[in-house]
Amino acid sequence: MSSLYEQLKQDIRFEEGMKACINCGTCTAICVASEFYDYDPRIIVDTVQSRDEHKIEELLKSETIWYCGECMSCKTRCPRGNTPGLIIMALRSLSQELGYFVESEKGRQQLAIKRTVGEWILSKGYCLYLEGVGTELHPEQGPVWDWIQKNWAAVFKRLGANYQGDGPGILRKIPEESLEEIRRIFEVTGGKARFDKIEEFSKKKAEELSVEFGSGLDNEYFSHIYKYNSGNHNHKS
Amino acid sequence: MIIEGKQKIWKDYQKEISDDKYFYVRSCVRQNFFPGAETTFLRILKELGKEVHENPCHTTCTGIGYHSDIIPVDTLMTVVARQFALMTESGYENLVPSCITSFGIYTEVMDTWHHFPGTEAKVREYLKKATGREFQIPKNLAHASDVIFKFRKEIAQKAKYRLTNQKTGEPLNVVEHIGCHYAKMFPSKGVGGAEYPYVLVGMVEEWGGKVIDYPERRHCCGFGFRQYLVQANRGYSMACSHKKFESMEPYKPDMIISNCPGCHIFLDKWQYAISEMENKTYGPNGEGIPVFTFEEVAGLVLGYDPWDIGLQVHQVPCEPVLKKMGILYDPEKKYKGLHGEDLGKPVKSAFKQ
Repeated sequence: MSSLYEQLKQDIRFEEGMKACINCGTCTAICVASEFYDYDPRIIVDTVQSRDEHKIEELLKSETIWYCGECMSCKTRCPRGNTPGLIIMALRSLSQELGYFVESEKGRQQLAIKRTVGEWILSKGYCLYLEGVGTELHPEQGPVWDWIQKNWAAVFKRLGANYQGDGPGILRKIPEESLEEIRRIFEVTGGKARFDKIEEFSKKKAEELSVEFGSGLDNEYFSHIYKYNSGNHNHKS
Repeated sequence: MIIEGKQKIWKDYQKEISDDKYFYVRSCVRQNFFPGAETTFLRILKELGKEVHENPCHTTCTGIGYHSDIIPVDTLMTVVARQFALMTESGYENLVPSCITSFGIYTEVMDTWHHFPGTEAKVREYLKKATGREFQIPKNLAHASDVIFKFRKEIAQKAKYRLTNQKTGEPLNVVEHIGCHYAKMFPSKGVGGAEYPYVLVGMVEEWGGKVIDYPERRHCCGFGFRQYLVQANRGYSMACSHKKFESMEPYKPDMIISNCPGCHIFLDKWQYAISEMENKTYGPNGEGIPVFTFEEVAGLVLGYDPWDIGLQVHQVPCEPVLKKMGILYDPEKKYKGLHGEDLGKPVKSAFKQ
């Protein structure tokens, strides 16, 4: 097995995002996540460029790499052409590849994203799907969204959509042959393998924690990772 | 400043936007949350006599999954390549995505292939193996807001209303919010670049409004992908929008216009959540600050019925802006179906209308 640093270098985002960091801290100054979380992209980049395997492994198992929002504001500002956001993407990919993501509260949330966004992509052909976004899980969507959900067919027809219809248009039914092509792309390119790994490592973690691990969204493990916040992620006042 | 010098400086921040024959790819977020905006975009292009094609076989680009890191980069690039193949097979060369995340992704993928040609070759093999398809790279990539920007003067010529207060004659104060992935990653691919993006400013000024400059103008709306998708992380998302609202409030904005479907959700819905949690609203007299997509604003300027373009699905009521612009509308039709059927009404929120 090659070193963690060498494995990171295999990721094209790492090649694009990691030049030589001069530790100026401009990325941290502009970083949206740094204002909210106890997070410092400058330290992440410096840790990675140190090539210290022990520290990189710690990073891959940490909460820290999951704080970035991938707004990519850092890309615009870095005077040396680095992109901490792309380095984060490479770190997150490797963390999932090696199963390290389940060692952190924020990393474990990957299962929740896989089971919502990931499954919608494969089953519907959309990243988000009207019927999966109710105010029970998204209370901030408010009473107008409740009204839409109650009357979705009529409201979408009113606004010119082709909800679940054949042919083009808003929220059309994606043809089964197209969904099959997307699934084959996932098979060929590693997308399915990524999903399988997220499931497999999460299941092991649930067993270790003695938490019920079912399929779908209605089980103790999903509910826990989706809702639990230890409160240990923000700056200490 | 010498004009030639100024033109030279800005040359890097102009982009080529094709003027016809568009291959349109839809946005997952906009279709689900603001369907009327996409309907309005196509209606405007039809009115302008432009040719737009949509292939029903196109899918999500997987962008929200990619930026929440459940989708490997090879998978993303191959799904993008499939969209390009559909465009090629349909006989088009000008790609117009509705979504800013998608626009950023198409830009990133094309840039990666340019700098690392081996990745393009690998993706071509993946696509062939998985689907048998082949593709051409788009000759022109323009976000839907670029296209409306290109035709802003034509829209102004057809305008029935302007972004002005009909009673005072003063321009409306407009906050413009650009989605981060429009130009922060690749400044040369956005009109005006990352520092002074002009894509929305150009529309607002052409249609009679005045753009507000405020401290947190370029701050992210707070989507943050996994920071919103997972309930435990949503404090991040709300904190970002909150920071923007607090920053813009002293400038008394009449409205917000955004070119990103995600930003539109958060600037609209977090105002509602803040009103519920803190009893705080950011407009005058208990009103919110109405949030619009660029398609909706163009539609209003052209005189389209507010309920045809979908303003009834906004959580922050838009009526204060309609009244200021002097737009004639029937409040009784707001929550009706296509043929006037009664669909009930949403439960009232804290906002005054």
